[in-house]
Amino acid sequence: MSQTQADTTVTRRDFIYLGAGAFAAVGGAAALVPLIHQMNPAADVRALATIDVDISAIAVGQQIKVMWQGKPVFVRHRTPEDIAAAEAVDLSALRDPVPDSERRANAEENGMDRPDWLIVVGVCTHLGCIPIEGRGDYGGWFCPCHGSHYDTAARIRLGPAPTNLPKPPYVFLSDSEVQIG
Amino acid sequence: MSHQSTYRPTGPFTEWLDKRLPVPRLMHDSLVDFPTPRNLNYWYTFGGILTFCLISQIVTGIILAMHYTPHVDYAFESVERIMRDVNFGWLLRYAHAVGASMFFFAVYVHIFRGLYYGSYKAPREVLWMLGVVILLLMMATAFMGYVLPWGQMSFWGATVITNFFTAIPLVGNAITEWLWGGFAVGNATLNRFFSLHYLLPFVIFGVVILHIWALHVPGNNNPTGIDVRGKQDTVPFHPYYTVKDGFALSLFCILFAWYVFFAPNALGHPDNYIPADPLVTPPHIVPEWYFLPFYAILRSIPDKLLGVIAMFGSIAILFVLPWLDRSPVRSLRYRPMTQIFFVGFVVACGVLMYCGGKPAEGVYVLWARLATAYYFAYFLLILPIVGLIETPRKLPDSIAKPVLPAPALAGGTPIGATAAPHTDG
Repeated sequence: MSQTQADTTVTRRDFIYLGAGAFAAVGGAAALVPLIHQMNPAADVRALATIDVDISAIAVGQQIKVMWQGKPVFVRHRTPEDIAAAEAVDLSALRDPVPDSERRANAEENGMDRPDWLIVVGVCTHLGCIPIEGRGDYGGWFCPCHGSHYDTAARIRLGPAPTNLPKPPYVFLSDSEVQIG
Repeated sequence: MSHQSTYRPTGPFTEWLDKRLPVPRLMHDSLVDFPTPRNLNYWYTFGGILTFCLISQIVTGIILAMHYTPHVDYAFESVERIMRDVNFGWLLRYAHAVGASMFFFAVYVHIFRGLYYGSYKAPREVLWMLGVVILLLMMATAFMGYVLPWGQMSFWGATVITNFFTAIPLVGNAITEWLWGGFAVGNATLNRFFSLHYLLPFVIFGVVILHIWALHVPGNNNPTGIDVRGKQDTVPFHPYYTVKDGFALSLFCILFAWYVFFAPNALGHPDNYIPADPLVTPPHIVPEWYFLPFYAILRSIPDKLLGVIAMFGSIAILFVLPWLDRSPVRSLRYRPMTQIFFVGFVVACGVLMYCGGKPAEGVYVLWARLATAYYFAYFLLILPIVGLIETPRKLPDSIAKPVLPAPALAGGTPIGATAAPHTDG
């Protein structure tokens, strides 16, 4: 190969150099996948994704906390006053406007229309504390960490939390049993 | 100020070694005959104190790891076992826990000193930025270390702080679950925090070496902020500053020991002696005292994402400080207007620390907001503008001059002697 050729054309050595570099870069990136993905929830953690809850013992006005995916879930048996208060709210006044009919157990999402049951993940949407039942200005929950108030449909009414307490996926297996997850 | 090496091997072995791995030469040139401005005051002793803190934390930490179990069912009890059963376990754990507070106390003094004497300005920008990296690493390490005892404050502090990441739009929840290794703070979280808490101090150690390297290229700043002009301005690091740093370290250790032996829990929170309960949030969650100013900034902004951005921004802004301050004069000693604003800045940090420990309601919110506004204004408005409009006081002609009155220069005993060892060439 003459001198001029080496100066102006792509040589075999250039190709090998770029090919080796590209191979190392792609290989290095591929090696990062297991190194990073190992930190995501492991199979045993994911396996605990659903739980069955017996709700027959929860009297009207009571709430229980159950653990689902390491987080507390509030299962609240609402009184007629709770329901009336939640339905009476003007949606335009809410930060995260959702009508009570979509917050409580309803036929299309949960298999049964049960306005007296409210099931929400009990983790404040601000920074993850557990709100306390029966405190706060709206008859629902109050988060002690940074002062978020939730109403009887677990909707954010006052304080720093950006959204309502999330509704987990759940279905009524019978009148007395709910599957969460 | 790179200087000529004055190292002379003392015998055949050191001469042999010097040609192969000149570690003794490196030590001699950086710790013995390193020319250091003669006017460094006690605020400059905190670099040495911080080195001591880091080593003390690593030594006590490695020992504690020999007795600690990073599992949600055993972590709390293994810490109690360290306190009650392990020989001198109480001493080592208190030294480690109090040591974290002492470390932050010293680092804050060190940072305020740098801010006051303009140590972040050219040619020391990289030195300063490495320092900010160390601060961030220290915060991550301290946070993860506080989770390990698995008390109520450990658990809920971890929950609140990892939830900062849920504020990120779109990918926030995925990132947070990745950090947790589950759907909430749990065993996977505790395990990885232990692993990283063990790792990060060594990363800090590495960055500290870079920090010292970056210090030794331009040399120390000094209270006048003017450059070293010759040998009359410097003294060798040893014995002048080894002794001064050593004396300051002794005083610091008295304070340290007082906390360890007489008030080991004064800087902690009693709720952390209650085992972690994922179903009950303590009524009032507060971080350790050294995080309170940043916590107050977070809470003073009513929007979740903006609050988190402001909190991280309060540290990130330090990275660009060397380019925000437009004044050609380094030391605030000669900047009368900025001096007053600096006092305001220290007060604002104090107010933030106070408000961070109080409930986020009423008058505390107002104070925290005012102090937050001042904190950011100091960097974004005051330093850039005041640097352009203020008339500095007259700078001294040299470092030696304001220290030595004219007659003393001629033959003052204690000070004249310091120049003597520097006749090497």
